Amino acid sequence: MGNKEIQESPVLTHEDFKSDQMVKWCPGCGNHAILNAVTKVFPLVGHKKENYVVVSGIGCSSRFPYYVSTYGFHSIHGRASAIATGVRIANQKLSVWIPTGDGDSLAIGGNHFIHIIRRNLDVNILLFNNKIYGLTKGQYSPTSEMGSVTKTSPFGTIEHPFKVGELVIGAQGTFFGRVVDNTPKFITEVMHEAAKHDGTSVVEMLQNCVIFNDGTHSIITDRETKDDVQLILRHGEKMIFGKERNKGIALDIDGLKVVTFDPNGPIPDEILVHDMENPSPGVHLMLAKMYPPQFPIALGVIRSVPANTYCRLLADSITHAKANQKIKCVDDLLNSGDTWEI
Amino acid sequence: MSTSKQIIERDSVVVKFVGDSGDGMQLSGTLFSDAAALAGNDIATFPDYPAEIRAPHNTIAGVSGFQVHIGKETKIIGDKCDVLVAMNPASLKANLKWIDKGATIITDVDAYDEKALEKAGYQSNPLTDGSLSSYKLITPPISTLAQETATQYGMDTKNAARTKNMFCLGMVYYIFNFDLDTPGTLIDKRFKKKPDVAKVNKKVLEAGYNFAETIEAFESRFQISNVQLPKGRYRNITGNIATAWGLLAASERSGRDLFLGSYPITPATEILIEIAQHKSLGAKVFQAEDEIAGICSAIGASFAGSLAVTTTSGPGLSLKTEAVGLAVMTELPIVIVDVQRAGPSTGMPTKSEQADLNMALYGRNGEAPCIVIAASSSSDCFYAAYNAAKYALETMTPVILLTDGKIGQGSELFRIPKVADLPAINPPIVQPNDPDFKPYRRDPETLVRGWAIPGTEGLQHRIGGLEKTDIFGAVSTDPLNHEKMVNNRYEKVMRLANRIPKQEVTGCVDADTLVVSWGGTKGSVETAVKEVNKTGKKVAHAHFSYIMPLPSNTAEIFAKYKKILVCELNTGQFVGYLRATHPDFKYLQYNKVQGLPFTVSELVTVINNTL
Repeated sequence: MGNKEIQESPVLTHEDFKSDQMVKWCPGCGNHAILNAVTKVFPLVGHKKENYVVVSGIGCSSRFPYYVSTYGFHSIHGRASAIATGVRIANQKLSVWIPTGDGDSLAIGGNHFIHIIRRNLDVNILLFNNKIYGLTKGQYSPTSEMGSVTKTSPFGTIEHPFKVGELVIGAQGTFFGRVVDNTPKFITEVMHEAAKHDGTSVVEMLQNCVIFNDGTHSIITDRETKDDVQLILRHGEKMIFGKERNKGIALDIDGLKVVTFDPNGPIPDEILVHDMENPSPGVHLMLAKMYPPQFPIALGVIRSVPANTYCRLLADSITHAKANQKIKCVDDLLNSGDTWEI
Repeated sequence: MSTSKQIIERDSVVVKFVGDSGDGMQLSGTLFSDAAALAGNDIATFPDYPAEIRAPHNTIAGVSGFQVHIGKETKIIGDKCDVLVAMNPASLKANLKWIDKGATIITDVDAYDEKALEKAGYQSNPLTDGSLSSYKLITPPISTLAQETATQYGMDTKNAARTKNMFCLGMVYYIFNFDLDTPGTLIDKRFKKKPDVAKVNKKVLEAGYNFAETIEAFESRFQISNVQLPKGRYRNITGNIATAWGLLAASERSGRDLFLGSYPITPATEILIEIAQHKSLGAKVFQAEDEIAGICSAIGASFAGSLAVTTTSGPGLSLKTEAVGLAVMTELPIVIVDVQRAGPSTGMPTKSEQADLNMALYGRNGEAPCIVIAASSSSDCFYAAYNAAKYALETMTPVILLTDGKIGQGSELFRIPKVADLPAINPPIVQPNDPDFKPYRRDPETLVRGWAIPGTEGLQHRIGGLEKTDIFGAVSTDPLNHEKMVNNRYEKVMRLANRIPKQEVTGCVDADTLVVSWGGTKGSVETAVKEVNKTGKKVAHAHFSYIMPLPSNTAEIFAKYKKILVCELNTGQFVGYLRATHPDFKYLQYNKVQGLPFTVSELVTVINNTL
């Protein structure tokens, strides 16, 4: 492979990343669209095929590695982030992807999830959030809304759900994006942004489980109403939404607010311009927390802040140590300090 | 004053420094053992300290100690002390059971006030009530003398009080007739960044030495026989450092970067600390968020082509269990170092035991055989770690390396090898675009699968925790395929027996009785066997380093003896394993589970009673 970095691969296509395995997700599952988007995004990212590694844990989404023809590791529940950390540190040329679910990453794997983000390790996390445990057939998850009736909460849950964006930004995340599973082009676009980001990227996929939690995101995805409840964010552009493009997001002392205006007139100055690169997490956090009916849900790249990555800092410190430390090989080490002849 | 004192010639002597944790006993012990080694003695050391960083002052719970055995040949840390340096009543009380009548006790009379005596649980002052009359008791006002000296050289009162360990050390140097220059250099090194502190400490040490020479209390000094070891370059080394260096050597020799994913835990932390110092050797050290992330990151690094290691102790190995199974299933090479401590649960973190053997052998769901190797001494940790790495890489199998707190934190002399002289390591790396590559295609002889490393062109494949088809590696629940894969994974481990060294027998090989031991007890069992043989009786000894698989000649050896006595620091885990794997033989057992090593004298008694 030599020392060539990325970007010099032969032109690859969508087809190059499809595997020969039968995809065993349920018909109508939102995962199919996400898989399709991933196989489209890999050729765009531009690494050589052998440099992609997909690492997963356990759950429906974690079957993902079998369905792409890259190197893959389908590991154990909750540990994909920890395993991917080792993969990435071991070989800095690899492009590492972690498809995971709300149970896998936010319940059993919660600790690894926050720590990989805190370290800004160079991986791409695709978090499939269907607010339910699918593979074990319908128990509530850490993202299930308060009061959700599931097999293990027949009278409704009494737990406060995690919001993925809050957790990511709380853990000092440098990239957070959000998409819904029925917008394949937009998924590819946001994933491509995630891939370009240096450090940990988390893309929350609002994904529909047709069997155990059908319609959980329907308030956001219904064809009739979606334009009024989806705010598509684009860096440097005003935060405008609505079927008539007559609503925007502004900030006052109480936080964000929805402002309605005449779409034929000028756009009010108070409407915010999206700055995904703002290091301050304030507005990003507020955007991540918006939820219908009071607010639209923010989609797209909410936060993408340049920062030092774990792997770059590690490589720098190894280079520095190699240049400055006296011990160059293990024989030097064995003979360092006090030694004597007998 | 006369200095023509009696010289006692001895093959070896045991010295123990005890005091409050924080009194500098570990430092005193280290400086003493280093000086002894430089003076030409063999050494073995063992720190004995509480789990608390600063336990309540002057209490038994807070006693910290450092035992040093110096002499001609010191394979063990020694049963009983010849010289005890005790800084306060509590440390004296806690250690009296470890000294023989006639031994020398040096203790600080300044520390024996009413409050300290009460805290130690003394009804009356042992220095004056006659209870210590069978020992050579030396009770200078150490605190006062040390403080006076230190303040004289410009140190403030508070810090001056802390130099009392150096005063004691000076006295001990006198008793052993050590050159004062040696500790001087060692102190300079220790206080490299504080030359003023180094200077004062040296002055206090000198004062202690001169004081010992002046007073009439020491009627004898020791002359220790010099070491009789093979010629070569030597150093002092603890087991944990030796483990770290063995892994670094294996990384260099195999050409695979070392990746260490670990979470700090007593008594294994020093391995993590040591490897973290050596980024210049390319070692990548990842201090994980927990034990599970430690091993999982190692598994990831192994998948990506590193020599991947995780280090821990018993509670950590419990947490890693599921991931060890994943490494078994995916057939990835990792080394899991368990520096055993007394369990179960949190147990006694600073005390040593051999009770994790069953967990290493069996502690996983499903049929999940690992290779299990045990280090037999502090310096052997180097070779045990090297071989653990070699066999992990060459068999694509997780290796559990068992050491223990005693050999991990204890030290002994280590003959420095050359890396080029260590055995070659040949991992089965698959070449780019190999047309025959299949994830679970095996070498017909060894049953080892190939290592197809991400980043290699044309070898894309998927592995994971789900059972896979033989050769092709597709997900499968086929009953016969599962059984075949279970057998393959087991057989692969068993076939390693063809490549590891044959088991050796030492002592009187033609005896009727064979003593069997494994792991960190080698020194005490070997010494006990020698002592018994010296008395004209006959006993043989087999010490096992390879546990799973056992050496191929194990049954052949056992068949030669009428009695087999298995000694181990647990309730009988190895003997249970031998009964299961070699049921044709009858085994006797001797066990101890006190968080303490075997003493030679107890083993001699047990062996004599068995013959």
